[in-house]
Amino acid sequence: MTSSRPLPELVCPAGSLPALKAAVDHGADTVYFGLKNGTNARNFAGLNFDDKTAREGIRYAHDRGRKVLMAINTYAQGADIAPWKRAVDEAASLGVDAVILADLGLMDYAVRTHPELRLHLSVQGSATNCEAIHLARDLFGIRRAVLPRVLTLDQVRQVIDNTDVEIEVFGFGSLCVMVEGRCLLSSYATGESPNTHGVCSPARFVRWEHGEQHLNARLNDILIDQYGKDDPAGYPTLCKGRFAVGGETYYALEEPTSLNVLPMLPELIEIGVAAIKVEGRQRSPAYVAQVTRALREALDAARDSQRFSVKSNWQQALGKVSEGHQQTLGAYSRPWK
Amino acid sequence: MRVPDFTLPSSLSKLLTHLPATPPAFVLAAGLNQLVKRGILPADMSLLDGRRFEVRVQDAGISLRFSAVGQGFQVDRSTDEPDLRFTANAADFARMMLREEDPDTLFFNRKLIIEGDTELGLIVKNLLDSVDWSGTPVARFMAA
Repeated sequence: MTSSRPLPELVCPAGSLPALKAAVDHGADTVYFGLKNGTNARNFAGLNFDDKTAREGIRYAHDRGRKVLMAINTYAQGADIAPWKRAVDEAASLGVDAVILADLGLMDYAVRTHPELRLHLSVQGSATNCEAIHLARDLFGIRRAVLPRVLTLDQVRQVIDNTDVEIEVFGFGSLCVMVEGRCLLSSYATGESPNTHGVCSPARFVRWEHGEQHLNARLNDILIDQYGKDDPAGYPTLCKGRFAVGGETYYALEEPTSLNVLPMLPELIEIGVAAIKVEGRQRSPAYVAQVTRALREALDAARDSQRFSVKSNWQQALGKVSEGHQQTLGAYSRPWK
Repeated sequence: MRVPDFTLPSSLSKLLTHLPATPPAFVLAAGLNQLVKRGILPADMSLLDGRRFEVRVQDAGISLRFSAVGQGFQVDRSTDEPDLRFTANAADFARMMLREEDPDTLFFNRKLIIEGDTELGLIVKNLLDSVDWSGTPVARFMAA
């Protein structure tokens, strides 16, 4: 049976111009990007867009009928909020299709200064229920909210059934402890976190020590993991470290793993999700191409929910680029209620 | 075109190890300089200036050492530890350069070893990812 619901937008990450083009070329409906500064949550050295590449990328996507979103999803820091305001001004001047914001003060600035600019509530805004989403809608006119990765499928359905704001959910990518907008673990070790500086585990605090038997990952000198000779490695974040707790050394917070919603695409379409987002602006054009291609094919096939089955080449493509070599439906599937 | 699975035979690596590394390193530095000059490699040279790099092709048994000086690259003849070293087999380097394989994936799988200054490593990785090969003759070999 073909669903009466429209197919969700496939929203793909771009950390560089080639990644943006790869997303568009392989079937993304929408791409999202950030500027080269701390106004977005992937503020890594050498990543992201300047004015020239942003303009070229937006032209490339718009010429092919795709949309472009700009993430300004960190919290403006009290000492100087000018960069955040400038980022909003730049988004308006570039002609992006929407900005993804987390900071309520910045939403207020955006709506007053650029009333025509479409606003999306970022996952970093940590809105998990209709009341929170409606507050942002009533105050600032947000048109879409990205849900944190903590809700079950039923809870997502309940949010969608009770709001006129579009709902975007995560479909693929590395998972963390998922207290989006509220995680201070990186700050605990380095003084910098995604919400304040746009980066989790800043690279200048990371040291990889290659020994005869082990690879040690240190974050600001704190040993956060030790990999055996052929163990898969992961991102050097505190939440994915192995720690000695009560005489046992294990993943005390979160095991490195990737979210993969392929098996429940028909359900996500049926409950009326407006957009499915892929994580990974820090990843290469190769990742963006492979993930976008697999999800495009899968989404198109999921239109016919009765005949849908997950193809092995999609799983292979997504499995290969996954962090931690295991994939999960995450919070979407909580059969124990 | 896909890079096939291969590991260079150890006999070849034994031979290559005994050859001087300077000529290939010179070719690499000259190639990088051409890419900077033509505006294809969008490098912020101020971030790289004075830093020393080593590319170690494990199965070939060769190490290419070069450094960034001012607005260009040159062969590095010093024997000091480089600021950044990338180590992988020839096939994995080829896959990474042709964008068949994501560098983070190679790193997770322990096929790409990054040693030294982690932030410099990220700058270089992101620099390679940001090269827009479309419009250059290389484009037809690229997977993404």
